[in-house]
Amino acid sequence: MQQTRAVEIGTGAFVALGFAALFFLTTQTSNLQSFDEGHYDVTARFENIGGLKVRSPVSMAGVRIGRVQSIEFDPEQFNAVVVLRIDAKYDMLPDDSDASILTSGLLGSQFVGLQAGGSDIYLEDGSELLFTQSAIVLENLIGKFLVNSGDE
Amino acid sequence: MIRDLTEALGGFLRTFGALQLFFMRLLAESPRVLMRPRLVSKQIFNTGALSLVLIMVCGFFVGAVIGLQGFSNLSTFASEDLLGFLSAMALIKEMGPVITALLFAGRAGTALASEIGLMRTTDQLSAMEMMAIDPVVRVAVPRFLGGALSMPFLVAIFTSVGILGAYVVGVPLMGVDSGAFWAQMQDGVAPADVYEGIIKSIVFGVAASLIAVWEGYNAIPTAEGVGRATTRTVVITAVTVLIFDFMITAVAIS
Repeated sequence: MQQTRAVEIGTGAFVALGFAALFFLTTQTSNLQSFDEGHYDVTARFENIGGLKVRSPVSMAGVRIGRVQSIEFDPEQFNAVVVLRIDAKYDMLPDDSDASILTSGLLGSQFVGLQAGGSDIYLEDGSELLFTQSAIVLENLIGKFLVNSGDE
Repeated sequence: MIRDLTEALGGFLRTFGALQLFFMRLLAESPRVLMRPRLVSKQIFNTGALSLVLIMVCGFFVGAVIGLQGFSNLSTFASEDLLGFLSAMALIKEMGPVITALLFAGRAGTALASEIGLMRTTDQLSAMEMMAIDPVVRVAVPRFLGGALSMPFLVAIFTSVGILGAYVVGVPLMGVDSGAFWAQMQDGVAPADVYEGIIKSIVFGVAASLIAVWEGYNAIPTAEGVGRATTRTVVITAVTVLIFDFMITAVAIS
């Protein structure tokens, strides 16, 4: 009898610990804030997106307000169409805000930075950001620098 | 020469097919055995709870060594902040499921195989059949279920303790910022990555338990046969797990 009790306690403790670990993994290690309080999609066209990836952060004033939902190439205008999924609670962004692709740190990953404009009309689902600035490609920059320094 | 080859191939296919049928049989009998949870919980204790200390100690040190290696290599690029992301990703997706499965084969798989093999050797299984008790239902299925159910928990515990190990090495010892450690981890790890690890742990648990029970059940009823069954359990489980790991990863990435 004593032994059955020990087995039961051991099994119970093991399973409880297992569930605790699963809970820790699913909630603490990953970004499960997609308990989604709603969101809206905004498109932006870029000449060059550099190393921007799907799921890269979209931030304003350094705060993450959304993520890149999809990146596609437009074969007619030869530019990249980036869909930005912005959390619904940030629904007061002026529609003339400009989007630029920035890099966090020297070798860090790239993200879309929004800069607020002055319009009274707000962005909504399906609207397009007209003012965009492409990613800075290091090779182009070095190329320009070499050309310029050759002149002197 | 060619005859030898065809015979070997035929033998392999026969074993493989018999294994599938055995697996189907186990699955078919599973609901009936689950009606008697005592049998299963005893096996969860044997395979899961008794492996707990081993899993936790190994998990801690695997995490700690990832923290150490990760730190020394990331600091070359001045991106120590990524340590939390790196170690969580490595542990959740690969190290956790694979190393736990290998430890499971060594700790629980061998125990299962030798236990059932010894039952076969000492004619206990025949005795059960004599008493009209199906040894597959009474012996094989509870052990299979116990192993298959324990494995996801063992993997989750291994991974969590591993992340703790990486934290202990990274933050207090090496001086990575605690906030950056967790923030980079939460930013980089997607729920899909965690699900990939859980899927792997379920698949590996089923495979490892199936192989252990199969090898034990079909052990040659001699002392040598039981020994060989135990060895084969570890070898076949290790190969199977690594092959499955590659396949699941390939599917998950595409």
